[in-house]
Amino acid sequence: MAGLVANARVVASLGARSVRQTFRRPQLAAPIVVFPSLLLAVQTGGAGGAVNLPQFPEVNGFLDFMLAGAMIQSCLLAGNSGGIALAVDLEMGFTDRLFVAPVSRYAIVLGRLAGTAALGAISAIYYVVVGLIFGVTYEEGVGGVALMVLWVTLAAVAFGSIAAAIALRTGRASVVQGMFPMIFVILFLSTAFFPAELMQEPAATVAQYNPLSFVVAGVRDPVVSVVTGAGALKAFASIAGFAALGLGLSALAMRRRLRLG
Amino acid sequence: MNPALAIHWPMVAVLVRRAMNEILRVPGAAIPGVLAPTIFFLGLTAVFGELTELGGFGTDDYQSFIIGVSLLQGSGFTGAATGVNLARDIEAGWFDRLLASPAPRPVILAGMVISAALRALIPAAVLLTVGFAIGVSWPGPFGLALAIVGVMGLATAAACWGCALALRFRTQSAAPLMQAGMFVLVLCTTSYAPREHLQGWLHTVATINPVTQVLEMVRQGFLGTVTWHETWPGLLTIAALVAVLAAFALRGMRRMAD
Repeated sequence: MAGLVANARVVASLGARSVRQTFRRPQLAAPIVVFPSLLLAVQTGGAGGAVNLPQFPEVNGFLDFMLAGAMIQSCLLAGNSGGIALAVDLEMGFTDRLFVAPVSRYAIVLGRLAGTAALGAISAIYYVVVGLIFGVTYEEGVGGVALMVLWVTLAAVAFGSIAAAIALRTGRASVVQGMFPMIFVILFLSTAFFPAELMQEPAATVAQYNPLSFVVAGVRDPVVSVVTGAGALKAFASIAGFAALGLGLSALAMRRRLRLG
Repeated sequence: MNPALAIHWPMVAVLVRRAMNEILRVPGAAIPGVLAPTIFFLGLTAVFGELTELGGFGTDDYQSFIIGVSLLQGSGFTGAATGVNLARDIEAGWFDRLLASPAPRPVILAGMVISAALRALIPAAVLLTVGFAIGVSWPGPFGLALAIVGVMGLATAAACWGCALALRFRTQSAAPLMQAGMFVLVLCTTSYAPREHLQGWLHTVATINPVTQVLEMVRQGFLGTVTWHETWPGLLTIAALVAVLAAFALRGMRRMAD
């Protein structure tokens, strides 16, 4: 029990450090807020007429539809920023010093992910507020908004774990940073920006089966329609799948790093 | 040719060659300028392709509409990268030695921005190859030439912008500002849809954003015929942007030398 409490304190301390680090370094914070906000603004203003297309789902406005995409984009970038920061810690030798400290090595990674979770929650709340300011209607009310924040927070942890695995495996911030374009490939091949039925092939088919689309739908449903058990289950299963993949790979990368020194 | 530039041309050529050598020495550095616009081009085509059903795009193929934006994104990123390279040279002390040389400052700036204009042809070549492969309309020789003029012209302006910021902040940490500035300028135009479909603030910003004129000049060949009416505002905008931003960059050089 005492060990668990000690590890929880390590996770909390490293998580708080991770959040402070992100706000101190604009190059880590900017992609989480500035980039998705800019794309949200430009896509809403530029492609907003899409709601007049016959096959477009019934929504109050294009911003209502796009908000979930911006949130998921932001939490993907938060995960990536967390991975970059972890890789910088590895490059600078900070993580090596933690490895020789009497704390669980997994608590070190979980601490980073706790910080990523906090950033995910902050970005979700930020986009909820942006939506309120610009007239988004949250069909499912306060409960729906809470569910959106929960999904985005969990998704940030899941995506952060994948970035952490890459950081632990390579130990190089430039490699994790190189994943930035891949984030947009994954986003474009999902329903983050447009309904699958209006996308062009083969992207439309990929988007229908892309697990990220289920996460996006889970975040979008409380805004544009109603939350269903099936939709929530798909979102949760997708996030759990990403997290299992990321945590599994992180554990393997950690073991390899400790073995090779 | 300006007589002063003619006298100093060998110096400009050496600076251009030095900058171009970076492509061979650090080929990875060219990847973001190529990869990001290509991913956006393919992604936006796949996602927003059906927007043309709204009408007014001048084409049924969204890829022909969006290719101009991606070409300018590539040239903006490549041009801004010149500022990052200059910031690195300033940090390393190499630029101080260049300023102490007998080379006039406009010649030093010309060497940097001409190399940016030439390097911008790399993402443009990749984008056009990918674009024609997925059905972008052939713009005709004149339309293609105008697109290349737009790409090289915006890269020159972006390089001046990047250099001005590099000389102001003297650190590579200013890189996001250099790139984000060009990103915003290119996107806040008629990038996703024609002006009549733009909504709210974007309609106003796209109308006053000078890069809209450059985009419409570059785009016209891919959508149909090239007209002087769509061309001259773009050419004028490029000339004005280069003149203003080059003046800022030269002022930065003067301040740094003082």
